[in-house]
Amino acid sequence: MNKPLSPARNYRHTMQEIGYVQRKQATQNDYDRIGFMSGLEVHQQLDTREKLFCRCPAGKYEQDDVFDAEVIRHMRPTLSELGEYDGTALMEFKTRKNIVYRIKNETTCTYEVDDTPPFPVNREALDIAIRISLLKKLNIVGEVHITRKQYLDGSIPTGFQRTAIIGVEGVISLRNKTVRLIQLSLEEDSCREISDVGHWRVYKTDRLGMPLIETVTYPDMLNPDEVAEACQIIRFLNRSSGQVRTGIGAARQDVNVSCRGGTRVEIKGVSRIRWIPELTHNEAFRQWALLHIRDKLLKKIKTPTHWEMISMESDPSAFGCRSRALKGLKNNGLKLYAVKLPGFNGILSHFTQPGKTFADELSDRLKVIACIEKPNMTTHDCLKPLEGEEVFQKVRKHLGCRAGDAALLIWGPSDDIPTALETINERCRMAFEGVPNETRKSFADGTTIFERVLPGADRMYPDTDSAPIPLKDEHITKLGEDLPLLTIEAYHVMKGWGVPEDTYHYIFKNNLFPQLKQMVDGGEDPVFAGTLLGHSMKFVEGHYERASGFRYSLIGDMLKALRNRKLRRELMTLILPVIYVHPKMDLDSVLISIGFKKMDADQILSNTGFLREKFRAIRRKPDREAEVNWLMGQLREHAIGNIDLRELRMSLEQIIDHKE
Amino acid sequence: MTEDFFQGYKGEALKTLKKYNVRVWGQANVETTRGNFIGTVLPRSENDDDGHIVLKIPTGYNVGVSVANITSMKETGYKKANYKIPEKEFPYTSGLPAVKLIGTGGTIASRLDYRTGAVIPAFSPGELYGAVPELADICNLTTEKVFAVFSENMGPEQYRKLAVAIGKEIENGIDGIVIGHGTDTLHHTAAALTYMVQDPPVPIVLVGSQRSSDRPSSDAALNLMHACYTAGHGGIAEVMVCMFGPTSDEYALLHRGTRVRKMHSSYRSTFRTLGDIPLAKATTEGVIPIKQDFKSRRKDRKVTILPYFEEKVAIIYYYPNMQPDMVDSLIANGYKGIIIAGTGLGHVNKPLYPALARAQKAGVAVYMTVQTLWGYTQMFVYETGREMMALGVVPAENMLPEVAYVKLGWALGQTSDLDEVKKIMLTPMHDDITPREPYNGYLVYQGGLPEVEEFIKRFRK
Repeated sequence: MNKPLSPARNYRHTMQEIGYVQRKQATQNDYDRIGFMSGLEVHQQLDTREKLFCRCPAGKYEQDDVFDAEVIRHMRPTLSELGEYDGTALMEFKTRKNIVYRIKNETTCTYEVDDTPPFPVNREALDIAIRISLLKKLNIVGEVHITRKQYLDGSIPTGFQRTAIIGVEGVISLRNKTVRLIQLSLEEDSCREISDVGHWRVYKTDRLGMPLIETVTYPDMLNPDEVAEACQIIRFLNRSSGQVRTGIGAARQDVNVSCRGGTRVEIKGVSRIRWIPELTHNEAFRQWALLHIRDKLLKKIKTPTHWEMISMESDPSAFGCRSRALKGLKNNGLKLYAVKLPGFNGILSHFTQPGKTFADELSDRLKVIACIEKPNMTTHDCLKPLEGEEVFQKVRKHLGCRAGDAALLIWGPSDDIPTALETINERCRMAFEGVPNETRKSFADGTTIFERVLPGADRMYPDTDSAPIPLKDEHITKLGEDLPLLTIEAYHVMKGWGVPEDTYHYIFKNNLFPQLKQMVDGGEDPVFAGTLLGHSMKFVEGHYERASGFRYSLIGDMLKALRNRKLRRELMTLILPVIYVHPKMDLDSVLISIGFKKMDADQILSNTGFLREKFRAIRRKPDREAEVNWLMGQLREHAIGNIDLRELRMSLEQIIDHKE
Repeated sequence: MTEDFFQGYKGEALKTLKKYNVRVWGQANVETTRGNFIGTVLPRSENDDDGHIVLKIPTGYNVGVSVANITSMKETGYKKANYKIPEKEFPYTSGLPAVKLIGTGGTIASRLDYRTGAVIPAFSPGELYGAVPELADICNLTTEKVFAVFSENMGPEQYRKLAVAIGKEIENGIDGIVIGHGTDTLHHTAAALTYMVQDPPVPIVLVGSQRSSDRPSSDAALNLMHACYTAGHGGIAEVMVCMFGPTSDEYALLHRGTRVRKMHSSYRSTFRTLGDIPLAKATTEGVIPIKQDFKSRRKDRKVTILPYFEEKVAIIYYYPNMQPDMVDSLIANGYKGIIIAGTGLGHVNKPLYPALARAQKAGVAVYMTVQTLWGYTQMFVYETGREMMALGVVPAENMLPEVAYVKLGWALGQTSDLDEVKKIMLTPMHDDITPREPYNGYLVYQGGLPEVEEFIKRFRK
């Protein structure tokens, strides 16, 4: 047998072996090769005054350390409607988390903390959800059934989210394909996490109970860019209703990814769409890597059922441990265990994600399931071992490792050790099967870590506290009467108008298409209006502080006022920053503040003679073009709003040509 | 035996299911004017309308499909749900106390019923062990279902049965008794058992839950653990209510059966001791007495069971402008005892006096309590009070109205001699009447006050 590669070299070697390519270099062929598949669950908060099942105000947020009271709870798995304990449920129970809720009286009542049954569902939210469902061409249900969806992480104090399907089987259009929708549900938002250390998790309850909709697609996206585009379209469709919240956290998505032979893995809570491509790319390749790991293991170990992990309690000093983490174990009251993983040498340092190996899969689970903070383990076969080679030699000898075996050191409070050992055992056994069902937490660098075992349909059961809500045909027809144009239709309209494509994102993001259409319908040039909204407005937003009274509709109003006064529209670029900061100003005040004077062409051109002399004095050599440009620069300020700049240029050219 | 294939469906919905030959638990493709739906047909709650069919769609959610919109339905498969709490044999551990859990119904351990959408109890030790495995570390548990009624349907018959069952268990040498009970009338039963089971040698613990055990945040499991610990290991041999102290999952309070009352319609910490301090604090690690005078656990097996109850007893909750016919109708219907929950120190309006005189003449025992719940009935303070006493109304000190009701039923069950009844009524038992009310017996703090807010913030609610 060849001498095993060093962990770092093995990492690079296995990365090549599975054919990992960076996203920038990846082509559709790469994604076809690994069978990339992805679907989305897009969450969008609705803009209602109150929460979904109680009368607390929605959209009021508190600081982490501002609260009136704390409540502590624990979550315990229960039976689902169809008679099985849910897998996640059991795992969450193993972690024995103490869940603390920080409550502020203004934003939380006894409902959120599960001390009062729900009040009837917020009708405003229900109607918005139906309207958006119609936009997505979903089949609207005949009767809304509030269902309980279990979450044992404590993010909802009841232990379940109240949620209800509004429509099923819809469709959205991207630029080059359509994506099918599975369903749209109306649900209550969860708590915001403040911290999660060891056995203590702290939440605040301000966001809890706010109404949101979840749009779920089929896994129709076949490359990372399509996922981002679909997400964008769903978000724009939601915004086109004009009834959803915007801002940080108002829209979040879970992204489901698999590769051929892999499993649906859910990346939770991706808050930025631009992170999606990198995350889905890496997740598909992580699964591809796990399948390779499976094949390698099965080659080495023919009957995985006979595979057996061996663990023994150990003394760090016996191994001569020197790292800070291991030397301090006894003082911190922690136990050390040496673990032998037969046949796993070279597997632990196998590439999984950029900068991560299979060893991280173990360490991440130790943190989440056994509640042991990192560092919680180390091994010789990882990218950054905490101990030197000589320590691991002793460990390996202690465990009786052969060349192909891997050795681990894990540590933690003695109460958590049984769960920790079981967690390692369980994850290693899963390696023989391929990709575990799980939800993963995302990072900005495009990598993910284990969050929970992926819950199944088992965790749904009817809410016995709420009666079903029938939806009459007349009501749905009425809600469907004034639907906005679909995003893809608006896209084609703008394209037809010749509006530059780089303005679309901003226009859709801020639901400005209705403004644009109104301007164009009022006789405005679409290219000017589109650029004004998509470029000038975007610039202003990035450089000035928005006043609370500012509405996008002011832009159209100002434009109309200019036209009534026979002033030129180019002034708008100067006006935008002023009304953005002072939305209450009328046109006259705005004009004063930008220093505008009404002049006709003759007045503007009256100084030309003097200016030309001045130019002659500073110019290096006669140059007609340079002279016109310089004169334009001098006169521009007065000309804007009074005459068309092209006309001004022509006049200047005439003057120069005529005089010479 | 015929199987009900259409559980809960009626009228139009039932007709539609029959028309297309689709059963409950059948997988169905449903075509409607609003598009197609696929899912498993679920039973329907009997109280819901007949215009919809409930489907569990593949993602696990339930939706209703309007019967009027259905154009066609087809059953493509059939799979009946097997709904069971995992049952494991309750393990016996030598050295742990023997605790008997007596079931009465209620939600201490329960599961869902589709047809009513309600929660129904699940009970055997095996089921309980499946749901709350920690119980095996606390005691050796056996269970007995004496009857199954919802809390609001508990009454004298059930009190008597319970008392007898408790007597039998004590005789048989049990170390402690837990009674699972719905919370609505838990305090009535607690009072009844306090009177009917005299001088028990072991703890008798009533427990319920405010959040049914079909939800992850349920208080049922922890309440049950606290109750089993109190029954098996605790040293207080009295009838007690064991329920959450705070709304947090922290500890239980043990309340004397004669001073406890449900004080919030939905809170976990709904049970409070009124006019006194609770007996003790309980966790799964210990029972820490708060009151110092309690009856201690004994080794003997002696207990007196007095399972008597006169059913013709009523409570009148006085309100302004109450008409005398309210009292007269009770007299006419043969009631033998009336508890009045009067205003303030124990008052009713003047027009009622003639009716009270008629009650006295008819030999009805009438006792006065206060609807303020805290404080004593003081009928000597005002002339009107003295007048009422002359009409035979007996002030019941600081007995809670519900407790007075139970005690009067129990007393009248033993004797119809009104003097004897009065003697029983006014002899303090287990603090149903206390000689004095300490200042910390009345604590209804008002939020918003800085010092109260500071306290609430510092200690978990």
